Amino acid sequence: MNALRRIVYATGIIAICAWVLVPIYFIALGAFGGRGGVFAWPKTGLPDRVLLGAMQRFLEIEGVWEAALNSVIAAGLCMLLSIALGAPAGYALARFRFRGANLYRLLILMTRAFPLAILALPLTVSFIRIGLYDTPYGVALIHTALALPFAALITSSLFVGIPRELEEAAWIFGCTRWQAFLKVVLPLALPGIAATAIFAFVISWNEVFAASILTVRERTLTAYLLKILSESPLHYRFAGGLLLIVPSVVFIFAVRKYLFAMWGIANR
Amino acid sequence: MADIQIERVRKDFGAVRALDEITLHVADGEFVALLGPSGCGKTTLLRIVAGLETRTAGRIVIGGRDLSDVPTRNRGLAMVFQNYAVFPHMTVYENIAFGLRMQGADTTRVQAQVKRAAELLHIEMLLDRYPAKLSGGQRQRVAVARALAVEPPVLLMDEPLSNLDALLRLEMRADLKAILQEAGTTTIYVTHDQTEAMGLADRIAVMHGGRIVQFDTPMAVYGRPQSTFVGGFVGSPPMNFIKVDVTGGQAKLGALSLPAPVASGSVLAGIRAEDFALVERDKGLPFNVLVVEPLGSHALMTGRVADQIIRVVAPPDTAHAAGTEIGLAPVQQRIVWMDAGSGTALGRSA
Ligand SMILES: Nc1ncnc2c1ncn2[C@@H]1O[C@H](COP(=O)(O)OP(=O)(O)O)[C@@H](O)[C@H]1O
Ligand SMILES: [Mg+2]
Repeated sequence: MNALRRIVYATGIIAICAWVLVPIYFIALGAFGGRGGVFAWPKTGLPDRVLLGAMQRFLEIEGVWEAALNSVIAAGLCMLLSIALGAPAGYALARFRFRGANLYRLLILMTRAFPLAILALPLTVSFIRIGLYDTPYGVALIHTALALPFAALITSSLFVGIPRELEEAAWIFGCTRWQAFLKVVLPLALPGIAATAIFAFVISWNEVFAASILTVRERTLTAYLLKILSESPLHYRFAGGLLLIVPSVVFIFAVRKYLFAMWGIANR
Repeated sequence: MADIQIERVRKDFGAVRALDEITLHVADGEFVALLGPSGCGKTTLLRIVAGLETRTAGRIVIGGRDLSDVPTRNRGLAMVFQNYAVFPHMTVYENIAFGLRMQGADTTRVQAQVKRAAELLHIEMLLDRYPAKLSGGQRQRVAVARALAVEPPVLLMDEPLSNLDALLRLEMRADLKAILQEAGTTTIYVTHDQTEAMGLADRIAVMHGGRIVQFDTPMAVYGRPQSTFVGGFVGSPPMNFIKVDVTGGQAKLGALSLPAPVASGSVLAGIRAEDFALVERDKGLPFNVLVVEPLGSHALMTGRVADQIIRVVAPPDTAHAAGTEIGLAPVQQRIVWMDAGSGTALGRSA
């Protein structure tokens, strides 16, 4: 490889990394730099001293851990439901020709066009009636509704990408439809399904509007932080922000192999 | 022991009739090629036999058992797909073992069968590899090995060689023929390549527009086509069809007069390119040489007879230069007479 190409390549990588890392870094600086660190200018490369005070105090705020647990419950449930309902829908869209398949596809997308704000009041009323109001389970249901269209469409394109003949070959050699799915389709789709699951998780983790409306005490982390941080000093807000970002980043980092596989980059 | 009886099978895709009352009997251990141009329904028929496609009407009976409504997995057949359909997430070994494992074969049998199939196809050294690391030809061999490992009574193949380059195809063709002859597997082999069908098959079913237009041995299909379509599709170059007038039961070809199967009117004389003797101009059918292609083993001459273009194959040293005019004397007993209107064979000349 010649020098110019190498430079362009390196520059690109640095630019992309900077685009993601610099904001995170500033947030971290704010979170760990103490009250002064937030306003200090110019920013130093590393904070003069790492003050864990803000983070520690933040974690000691009453309800943060409960809220985080609620978030995990809601996001985990949303992830499971999105895959459990979305993957079969995606499979049907990919493999069967049925009357109204295109309309169905359109309807899936249309659910996203429906503004949540309009749904909020009737939803609240029915959730109170069913007993789902102010629980992470109710939030998980709404988040599933948000994530499901993506789950169905992404998995559908995954299944389309797996040649039908592979499944047919499995049938020929003695598999039932279900066995063929488990032995051939699922292993091939798994990286993509994992990525879809993470996507659903992150959608739920980041969602704040529905979560704020549908809960009062059992808030998810985003909803809880929105409430308490609006009145807190800036470095607390940074601490809260960092805490919100970290799980998504860690999660995606953990399954990067599958994401790379989905994007066709060989994992070495 | 498995013969295949396809009885009056029809298939409609909406308004399109893909298969029109197909009846075909493949004897036990026989190798039958389904030959026809693209879109004539070969794949559809094969998939109906496999149970991968539903039929509109008709029956599929294999080894005396009516399988028409039996699901694919219980039909006891193996198939090689056009794109191989080798499982990418399994090693070559696991691919070949797949059918055996589904049958619940014990470990020793699995090992023995995989080894045997791999040896047969010369892929023993690839057993630990994943398909992504194989060439097209190697993947093809894996697909065939996977099918043979279960020792199927019936083997279906859909254009298994069409994705290989010419040299590999030739090699694989010879291997396939030897392997399947030895195994005695009843085989239906779909292809649009007439040399493949000629070389491999015991009998060829020529398909056209959703029908079987001729079902016979390769030599009979080649030498005695039942229609101008078959004559034109099978053989390279295609059969010549020369329009001749018949009076008093005699067809007139230039200086020659040959007995024809009709008393009078217009007929087509179907003559293979190699079935001409080259004679002097006024002793045969006048032939105006336009192009000569020396092909090594023979020369292909393209030229004009009256206002028709025909092709003649001659030994390499006897070919005449372009621009000359010579005479052709067809080998009389090899002429296939066809009806000029319908293009169907008229029966042998009287
Ligand atoms: N799933 C399908 N839906 C509609 N038409 C089809 C389908 N499969 C095949 N056909 C039609 O049936 C005819 C035969 O197709 P096929 O069996 O694939 O031909 P071949 O294998 O001989 O090339 C074609 O006209 C094709 O367009
Ligand atoms: Mg085909």
